[in-house]
Amino acid sequence: MNYTEQDVILSVQDLNVKFTLRGQVLHAIRGVSLDVHQGESLAIVGESGSGKSVFVKCTMGLLDANGFISSGSILYNGMDLTQNRTDKDWLNIRGREIAMVFQDPMTSLNPLKTIGKQIQEAVELHQGLKGAAAYQMVLEVLADVGIDEPERRYKQYPHEFSGGMRQRVVIAIAVACRPKILICDEPTTALDVTIQAQILELIRAMQKKYNLTTIYITHDLGVVAKVADRIAVMYAGDIVEIGKCDEVFYDPKHPYTWALLSSLPQLGVKNEPLYSIQGTPPNLFYEVRGDAFAPRNPKALKIDFVERPPFFAVTPTHKARTWLLDPRAPKVEPPEHIRTLREKGVNRVG
Amino acid sequence: MAKYITKRVLRSLITMLIIITILFALLRLMPIEGYFENFDKMSATQIQVKLNTLGLTDPLPKQLLRFYRQLLQGDLGESNVYRKGVAITTIIAEKIPISLQLGLISLAIALALGLPLGILMARSTRTRFKIGDKLGTVFIVLIQAMPSAVYHILIQFAGSQTYIGKEILGLPMLFDAANPRSYILPVISLSIGNIAYYAMWLRRYMVDEANKDYIRLARAKGVPNGAISRRHVFRNAFVPLVQYIPNSILFTLMGSLYVESLYSVPGMGGLLVTAIKRQDNTLVQALVLIYAVISILGLLFGDILMGIVDPRISFTKKEGSR
Repeated sequence: MNYTEQDVILSVQDLNVKFTLRGQVLHAIRGVSLDVHQGESLAIVGESGSGKSVFVKCTMGLLDANGFISSGSILYNGMDLTQNRTDKDWLNIRGREIAMVFQDPMTSLNPLKTIGKQIQEAVELHQGLKGAAAYQMVLEVLADVGIDEPERRYKQYPHEFSGGMRQRVVIAIAVACRPKILICDEPTTALDVTIQAQILELIRAMQKKYNLTTIYITHDLGVVAKVADRIAVMYAGDIVEIGKCDEVFYDPKHPYTWALLSSLPQLGVKNEPLYSIQGTPPNLFYEVRGDAFAPRNPKALKIDFVERPPFFAVTPTHKARTWLLDPRAPKVEPPEHIRTLREKGVNRVG
Repeated sequence: MAKYITKRVLRSLITMLIIITILFALLRLMPIEGYFENFDKMSATQIQVKLNTLGLTDPLPKQLLRFYRQLLQGDLGESNVYRKGVAITTIIAEKIPISLQLGLISLAIALALGLPLGILMARSTRTRFKIGDKLGTVFIVLIQAMPSAVYHILIQFAGSQTYIGKEILGLPMLFDAANPRSYILPVISLSIGNIAYYAMWLRRYMVDEANKDYIRLARAKGVPNGAISRRHVFRNAFVPLVQYIPNSILFTLMGSLYVESLYSVPGMGGLLVTAIKRQDNTLVQALVLIYAVISILGLLFGDILMGIVDPRISFTKKEGSR
């Protein structure tokens, strides 16, 4: 896929998000810039607390009450979404333009409403249909996401559905809004392994059918390998590396990406302990100096502790925020198993 | 659903049977003075004759069967001391309507004020300073923490003894069935505790629901805040409260001991205490029975109502869950 300025659908510039917690301020998103292109699948990966969920919530105005965007812009269709103040401003975006699939399908549905009614609520809000027409559309959507006997299923309650089926319903609610962008926040984390592939396949089918742009949030690199065109790696509230799927998997540049890939069980050597990254992510209540990953990086340079690295472009589509890419930096090779990833024929891990 | 209800009704009947039998047995252990108006002045033969006519010298199983038979005919026996020779059904038929009337008005007011207060408080927890929530909490804590006798007296005093209450509003201190104005203070007294109760629980359940994932999904699909509050949060938060409503309604039958004696309401409230004090055995037996039956029915209706509003409660065969 070729990326041009024209087909950027969502453009985030230097976004900063802070939370106030018991009088302290937590800097959850530290100056993230990201362009999302029409029709692509972008995966945002990172460990828990890296800010990936907070980041996408900003695009829908779903931040918790104590969170706020302190600076930056989110451009969608020429509108700056950070200027939205009231609930009413967001109603034109939520569902209609950007829809979301949540992590846990067991709790994402209202237990006291039939699933038909819950989908219909979305249809009535966004398609302007009422009564019988809305009902017909719900049946279509149900069939769309692979739920058999839609008439019977319409009248059932969430507790009568299995986890995978409920996630189909959640996806049905999202696509019933006919959005342009579909955000999938850990869509398979809570599901059986056997169901995961089906759900990913379904999301991909919906993407094709309705020409959606999808953003996946996940810490499961297996999911990423299956679905993503591009990968953005997040660490401590910042994107540290972004590129096409192959570029990030086979030619990672940031030490954090190396560490992340190294901790994949598939790369482990038999009879050797599984690799895990030493230390813990920085406490974002304090100002982070330099490269946020430096304290956990045994090969960190002196400058990593002093100044925040800028983005260095590796290719036009691949860039990373690490001083290692500076021409003046000493040559630091990625770990052996990362370098040989491609030769080993580890084809799209997962 | 029908199966579930049948099961619950049958179980309630068995419970009632057990309670009636135990109650009957306990009452046989009471001193026999409770069957006589002037026990002390009677000779032993007179007592024996009276016991015979009351059937109390019959073998116990025979007495028990007779007790059941009379119950089925709606006969609770006659009062022996409180109002000698008057059927107990007649006594309570005079008193129940008064208690019921006051109680239902108060309950309606408690729901009409308590639920909106709970909703307002829950919504206010999402505003910056939470003023509504804080004010509501002050009211609830005050009512819950204060012994009810204190606020009942305060209400009576403020309503009938101060200048505003007495001269401007013209509220009498005591209840008088013929004077509608005299209903106002007892109704306030009866409802204020329930207002706090319903507000407290509804607020709590609504805050719980509002933080659930499906509310996040509803917001994400673009449902306006007002509709989320109505269609999702309130509806779901109200379910746990539904269970208590039949009980609240049924118990208005029995009146409130304190409020009724404070305002001299000739209702059911003080009847049991009086009956016990005066050792009127048959009346005690009848009243305890009524309390038991009301409690069981309250629970039964509460459970059935829950089953209706919450689709997850169902004892029918599960189908199509996969």
